[in-house]
Amino acid sequence: MSLQFVVDGLLTGSMIGLGAIGVTLTYSILRFSNFAHGDFMAWGTYATLAVVSAIGATFGKVAPIAPLSFGWPLIVALVVGMAFTALLALLLDKVLFARLRSQGQAIIVVMASFGASMALRSLLEFTFTSRPTYFSRAIQIAMPVGFGIRITPDQIALLLLTAVLVLGVHLLMTRTQTGRSMQALSQNAALARIVGIDVASVVRVTWVIGGALACVAGVMIGILVQIRPFMGFDMLLPMFAAAILGGIGSIPGAVLGGLIIGLAEAGAVQLIGAEWRAAVSFIILMAVLFVRPIGLFGVRER
Amino acid sequence: MDLLGYGAFFLTTALIFSLVTLGLNLQWGLTGLFNVGLAGFVAIGAYTSALLTTPDDAARLGGFGLPILVGWLGAMVVGGIAAALTGMATLRLRSDYLAITTFGVAVVVQLVALNAQKLTGGPFGIGFIPRPFGGLAETPLLFNLSNLAVVSVVTLVAYLALEHLSRSPWGRVLKALREDERAAISLGKSARFYRVQAFAVGGAIMALAGALQAHFTGFIAPDNYLPILTFQVWVMLIVGGSGSNLGAVIGSILVWAIWAGSGTLTSILFPPEQQARAAALQIAAIGVMLCVILLIRPNGLFGDRPRRPRFSKRAKIAAGESSSGS
Repeated sequence: MSLQFVVDGLLTGSMIGLGAIGVTLTYSILRFSNFAHGDFMAWGTYATLAVVSAIGATFGKVAPIAPLSFGWPLIVALVVGMAFTALLALLLDKVLFARLRSQGQAIIVVMASFGASMALRSLLEFTFTSRPTYFSRAIQIAMPVGFGIRITPDQIALLLLTAVLVLGVHLLMTRTQTGRSMQALSQNAALARIVGIDVASVVRVTWVIGGALACVAGVMIGILVQIRPFMGFDMLLPMFAAAILGGIGSIPGAVLGGLIIGLAEAGAVQLIGAEWRAAVSFIILMAVLFVRPIGLFGVRER
Repeated sequence: MDLLGYGAFFLTTALIFSLVTLGLNLQWGLTGLFNVGLAGFVAIGAYTSALLTTPDDAARLGGFGLPILVGWLGAMVVGGIAAALTGMATLRLRSDYLAITTFGVAVVVQLVALNAQKLTGGPFGIGFIPRPFGGLAETPLLFNLSNLAVVSVVTLVAYLALEHLSRSPWGRVLKALREDERAAISLGKSARFYRVQAFAVGGAIMALAGALQAHFTGFIAPDNYLPILTFQVWVMLIVGGSGSNLGAVIGSILVWAIWAGSGTLTSILFPPEQQARAAALQIAAIGVMLCVILLIRPNGLFGDRPRRPRFSKRAKIAAGESSSGS
């Protein structure tokens, strides 16, 4: 088999991993699995697309940056899209999740996120129809890099971006006061409150990070594959599987889990066929739940 | 006459939904198990029964031509086993894991339905599923009414059985586990074992509903079992009030009426090329409705989940004692 699946797997894995960071943070700090996370991805991508079109309408056609398929408008739009998605997550928390959380039944919040996910996705379908769209229709020439592997400049740029973001979030979590507060809250909420951690602001930071990274993951899918209202919903199972495989609450775990699932998916596509791709994450998920439910880097539940 | 026929058709569909909702109520309302992949279990039932009862087909496995009742039983058995396996994998873990796993089950069932051509007929589905009273198809009204009768009887039986179960010692253990797991465990009840049972029985009921639906329409395809089905049934249960079997049935009929009504409305109001968008808006509206109900009236119409458990439980016990004493 050709080694091309390594590149494909790393790319898919980056998308899954970036999304899974949000899932694992929400799960460990807010203590519920957020079924609307995939739709944050889709909303962020469509927001970015809208800003790209707006810039295109204002400044006319902008030439892409040398080897890449996109120019500065997409980079600006991505930043705006990240902010938008973070705000969307905060808004949804304020209107829905925070209120239900205060009633103290975690699983009701999960159900609400399921309802919110349906509503968000259908609103996208209503606004943009279910027809797929693209950031750019230009076809990039993949460069051979040896071992029978080919890679496009876009793919290299996005892999680098993922690495930078993951490193950034990891440093934020381990080296800053905010990050340590987040860890404290996920390890022992009651104790964290007692030592005077501002829970509300930690919750806000959690949503902002999760939302912004979901947007980046969505835009990556948009650049490399296509933009559809269901794009995020289809990522939901891989993201959950990655978060659980890596161990709930662990950011390196979520990314590593995402990469493992991405590579497994790409391998399965080559060996079995693309139509069974979505089953891979389910099989990995079940295996983890049977063998080691706390995941690779997880800590036992208190 | 047309109206009566449509009414019978409408009620048949609504009652099949209410059967799914009854299964979900056993899982969620009574036991507190969160199933977001119920469409998968419905699909398992529909496909099992279709495989067992259709005439032999060279293009795929089976078509065993067995009687319809055997198909229904087979659907319940396979659906129950699938649910039991899901439960065994996840019920010792946090409740969210069950949610994620059931979600995955639905995705995988959908994949199998789409891709395992030899088993499921692929995207084109399975046709020629025998229909009870198929001979009456010449006179639609009679056909619809007899279907309605069959579905009503099945739903009624399931309803009575579930009512009986929820009052039985078994049902009381489930409720006890839902309200206070530690107390129930300290009384020597194995939480996991009882939950797996409840989840399996619920899955079997959903599978039966899927089989009923398959034999009622005579044709099934993967598209019938998308996440939207799961979502509809959840809204039905929440509107009716989780924990109440009566609520499950009435909620199903009510929500199906709203769904079918708003569907008809959008098909009148919007031009054909806008239909898909209008349908999306309809789903969004129902999604918002679910969230609003969860926020303002989490007990639905007939829910028994008390907001202040201690207080109302005491009141209930007191009332029960005085009535049984008299």
